[in-house]
Amino acid sequence: MKDTVKQILKQYGSDRNRLMDILIDIQEQLGYIPKDAIDLLAANLGMSQVDVEQTISFYHFFSTKPRGKYAIYLNDSAVARMFGYDSVKRTFESEAGIKFGQVSDDGLIGLFNTACMGMSDQEPAAIINNKVFTRLTPYRVREIVKHMREGKAVEELMNESYGDGKNQLPSLRSIVSSNVRRKGMILGDDYEMGTVTKTRLTKMSPEAVIAEMKHSHIRGRGGAGFPTGLKWEFCRRSKGDKRYVICNADEGEPGTFKDRVILTEKPELVFEGMAVAGYAIGSDEGILYLRYEYRYMKDYLNEVLENMRKQNLLGKEIAGIEGFDFDIRIQYGAGAYVCGEESALLESLEGKRGEPRDKPPFPVEKGYLGMPTIVNNVETFGTAVKIVLNGGEWFTQFGTEDSTGTKILSISGDCMFPGVYEVDWGFNVEDMLDMVGAWEVQAVQVGGPSGTLIGSKEFHRTLGYSDLSTGGSMIIFGPQRNLLKDVVLNFMHFFIEESCGSCSTCRNMTQVMTNKLTKILNGKGVKSDLDDLQSWAKTLQASRCGLGQTAANPIVSSLKNFRHLYEALLQKDKDFDQGFDMEASVQASCNYVGRVPNFNHH
Amino acid sequence: MSNLAKFKIDGVECMAEAGKFIVEAARENGIFIPTLCNMPGVKPQGACRVCTVRINGRLMTACTTPIGDGMEIESNKPDLIDIRKSIVELLFVSGNHFCPACEKSGDCELQALGYLYQMMVPRYPYDFPLREVDASSPYIIKDQNRCIMCKRCIKSVKDEEGRSYFAFHNRGDKLEVVLDKVLGESMDKQTAEKAMESCPVGSILVKEKGFAKPIGTRKFDRKPIGSDVKL
Repeated sequence: MKDTVKQILKQYGSDRNRLMDILIDIQEQLGYIPKDAIDLLAANLGMSQVDVEQTISFYHFFSTKPRGKYAIYLNDSAVARMFGYDSVKRTFESEAGIKFGQVSDDGLIGLFNTACMGMSDQEPAAIINNKVFTRLTPYRVREIVKHMREGKAVEELMNESYGDGKNQLPSLRSIVSSNVRRKGMILGDDYEMGTVTKTRLTKMSPEAVIAEMKHSHIRGRGGAGFPTGLKWEFCRRSKGDKRYVICNADEGEPGTFKDRVILTEKPELVFEGMAVAGYAIGSDEGILYLRYEYRYMKDYLNEVLENMRKQNLLGKEIAGIEGFDFDIRIQYGAGAYVCGEESALLESLEGKRGEPRDKPPFPVEKGYLGMPTIVNNVETFGTAVKIVLNGGEWFTQFGTEDSTGTKILSISGDCMFPGVYEVDWGFNVEDMLDMVGAWEVQAVQVGGPSGTLIGSKEFHRTLGYSDLSTGGSMIIFGPQRNLLKDVVLNFMHFFIEESCGSCSTCRNMTQVMTNKLTKILNGKGVKSDLDDLQSWAKTLQASRCGLGQTAANPIVSSLKNFRHLYEALLQKDKDFDQGFDMEASVQASCNYVGRVPNFNHH
Repeated sequence: MSNLAKFKIDGVECMAEAGKFIVEAARENGIFIPTLCNMPGVKPQGACRVCTVRINGRLMTACTTPIGDGMEIESNKPDLIDIRKSIVELLFVSGNHFCPACEKSGDCELQALGYLYQMMVPRYPYDFPLREVDASSPYIIKDQNRCIMCKRCIKSVKDEEGRSYFAFHNRGDKLEVVLDKVLGESMDKQTAEKAMESCPVGSILVKEKGFAKPIGTRKFDRKPIGSDVKL
């Protein structure tokens, strides 16, 4: 054990900033992070043990106890639950002879829940020793567990055919399907890797690249919608010895999976986009921050990077441009939704807990390791290549005035054809539902749990930064779904689980509001409870980051658009909740001990 | 004098060195903005959100936002006061804070803010969480019932090598502040005192020192919190 840990420490130069990589390697090689390893890390990194443990305990995929030879992480998101999570879970439990959260006595199988893992178009899905298994059924589960007992390797458990597109490549060999259903400028196949680097950057100054980006009016595709060109310009103008280009591939918003598909089908476009950004802001180092759920792409993406280095699209003097050095490495998260927030992501990159930073200063001034840094979404980098290729003016013909270009949507839930669809901004919800074959629709969750739940009255609304803003997650719910119980409550539990806990507001208010929602679902609610929910949510606005500020959105937006569902659950004859029913309690107690209550006695 | 910034808090003209954090700048101008997680000499962290103010329509924490020339800050507005009060209430219901039995009563900043905002009964139901008390260190007691996760001990109590005695553990609703087992055992008296002083509530106590200062003579017994600031 000690040798393994020492070897790993050496590999990362005992650098505290690389604690995440160190911990991931230990977890993968030893199956967990033992106490002795923590002692060694603390001693070698000049930290106290609790300091090392505070990073470990923040991330879902780290564990200080063994998680089994086969560690099974079953997705328990709302979408997974719509498509058979319960029966898959029960089968795993009965076959393995343990409950979720446990490891079998022989150490063979561990069962754990995990938040949305970016497979909403093929649920139920699980991660087993870093390999993704999708479209699980009780039969498949029995087969998988049987093979585990026979001691088969994880690769041998994957006896289905590989997924479509590049999932079949030898370096990927994944049963995940890309489900690309509509192609546009990013997912289209008409681009040859390196064209922009070799034919455009050679003729353009960094300022000219930024000018095209600004002219295109492209805004960040991750959801927040900050103008990308401006971000690059601010970063270029900030003082610093070094600048960084970070690609945010931590898509954790439940229902989103388009970055998985872009990185599977068009990784070279994203990497070239990062290089273009590096050229524009004057950076020589890029990092792809990839969520751990996508660890199965590791070999494949490294191969793509290696191939680009061979073609001099990464490395020194790229495309013969003097002084244009740029390379990319991949760093992984370890299971934390909040790390999709750019400053939390930077903290995580530096080996710390993924707690968002207070702004100002913004990452463009002080980002990774205190240096000017741009953090952009996977899709934004892919789009940047096409903007520089064809010009900012060309780009503005797509989409609407305030939302230019295309958007890749991740569509899942009750529809015929879940998958990714690249559409022009300005698409309306009605057309979207017709496009994906959603015949009967009760509601659509636009932008994931932190977005909005809308009903049919609002299906005329359009997708765009000024109307229905979205990072791309679209979940469709048919009339058979219980929105409050199966959707809203699930989303609230997700936020409670995923809050970093730093702000008192997000740490406590999500819990308090969820308790009240549960009370209403249990038939104990009164009218004033609805008013309470509405007014209590306001305090969350004082949270530091977007997660906290939007953590009550599942309740707030369902209360706004589906108030009748709440009202139907309220106690009809009560406006006020006295909190404690004396008579009912005395009655219950008397029933229990066999006495007759006397309510007239004082 | 070129680095002086003019700014307004609730319409009152103020002046302070540009770049200073709003809480400090306000204090110099005789205006009290309440804080819990902020402490002198430690990089502000914006954890408790009690110092929330509004600038250009946006909610910001006054402890982490530097003052700028011409800035117009809203602080004592009814909705902002309600947010602050609501946060204080949240902290009360999410822990087990029994003031009459607490060694820190009268010196506690959370209690003092409860009085300042005239909190009678919190609007939220009490959570009564099950929390532990860690008395394993020879000099201090870490009572998780009273911890408000302000990070003051984490940021300010370090050994000679810069290692932290305290750290966060877990996240979200399972978050707690824990004491390092090894460092906790070798902790000396001065560090223990420092740890207790860093704690705005009664979560870190030096053993056998809880009532060294009699009730009635404590910090907030006679005057409410913030009264040292007001002109």
